[in-house]
Amino acid sequence: MSKEMNFDVTVIGGGPAGLAAALEAHKAGGEVLLVERENRLGGILKQCIHDGFGLVRYKEKLTGPEYAQRFIEEFESAGIESMLSTFVTDISRNSNSNSGFTIKAVCSKGVETVNTGAIIFATGCRERTARQVFIHGTRPAGIFTAGTAQHLINIQGQMPVKKCVILGSGDIGLIMARRLTLEGAEVEGVYEIQSGPSGLARNVQQCLIDYDIPLHLSHTVTRVFGRDRVEAVEICRVDENKNPLPGTARRVECDGLILSVGLIPENELAESVGVTVNKATGCPTCGENQMTDVPGVFACGNALRVFDLVDYVSASGEAAGRSAMEYLKEVGLHG
Amino acid sequence: MDRREKEMICIVCPNGCRMTAQIDEQANIEVTGNKCVRGKEFAMREMTNPVRGLSTTVRTDSPELPVLPVRLSAEIPKARIFDVMKEINNIRVTGPVKQGTVLARNLLGTGADLVATADMPHQTEK
Repeated sequence: MSKEMNFDVTVIGGGPAGLAAALEAHKAGGEVLLVERENRLGGILKQCIHDGFGLVRYKEKLTGPEYAQRFIEEFESAGIESMLSTFVTDISRNSNSNSGFTIKAVCSKGVETVNTGAIIFATGCRERTARQVFIHGTRPAGIFTAGTAQHLINIQGQMPVKKCVILGSGDIGLIMARRLTLEGAEVEGVYEIQSGPSGLARNVQQCLIDYDIPLHLSHTVTRVFGRDRVEAVEICRVDENKNPLPGTARRVECDGLILSVGLIPENELAESVGVTVNKATGCPTCGENQMTDVPGVFACGNALRVFDLVDYVSASGEAAGRSAMEYLKEVGLHG
Repeated sequence: MDRREKEMICIVCPNGCRMTAQIDEQANIEVTGNKCVRGKEFAMREMTNPVRGLSTTVRTDSPELPVLPVRLSAEIPKARIFDVMKEINNIRVTGPVKQGTVLARNLLGTGADLVATADMPHQTEK
């Protein structure tokens, strides 16, 4: 059984971008629905328990859950509709131009149908995996993306490794180097193929230097050893073209390899509605008002492009919320 | 006191200023490279008594939420971090807990309290 639902704006994704977008569209007078696939709002901030969030927006050093909570409270007291544990499976454009979209979503009650004037994608990003960085060798247990390790430790309370190597110096990798060390694991080193760290300088200081974790620039992991579980990895120095230099291979015994090698916006759903997505970056084609090349479809947060700071993610969500409402007024879908 | 010089990256904000602090025989500290006064204060502390905030998790009795994120209410000396971590990992929390609740006071005499940074919604049914 499913009832028909009609909204001005449907936001897909309940992380910082989606919460900000929904709030802003609501403030502009819209009937708003937010769809979230997990059972709690907050997105990736739920597992980002470290501090440093909100310095730009609130002039305070908040942890991820604290930053999210501010938006969740505002969202809930505004009475905006949300569907949790709900997965969007299909979006179709209604036949008349500018007449909105029909969304099918699976939730515990079954399949729901939602009619909406505009859609805002706040679907965040995914981590690049081991298969996407072409490391040789076997594929035993013990290879994790930094975000997966973060989820295991900070949400599930499980330690994924005892002694590990971190490949890539993205912020999540640096943060996890510290987190693993605090929880008693040994981080043998962080290896970065580029000649400079890719994370923020402050994270190099407070996550690596503070804990005497070495950062090896112009180095990469070239091979993984181990059948059932990681037993060791091979490290090589690279030349200026990032090719491994012969004779520099070194074997490091460890039971885990953690990857922090980049983020890719998650836009498969946007693509299915016809949004043009850049093959190299994963970013959707957007105008200045964050509307994609499909009229009525907007993008914000890390689904739009990968941001350094959550403060900017929230701002981009707000901009998308405003733009969506302006669009609806222009095309006459909202009085 | 000896003359010392230390290079560091400021951790106060995302600018991450590269700073140099010099301390002379009379314990006068000179800081260069900082873009703001908070950077100078950070560098001075780094030369005398480096302190850090700490965010981690505590165990709960809830199978749905096995760990709850927490932070310290104040920065503590860097050298105490691992002792305090050990102390925090001995704590077990029973819900419900609201964000901001103090879960333990004055950890190991550091003056810092342990504060929940998220809600732990409902009590586990046994």
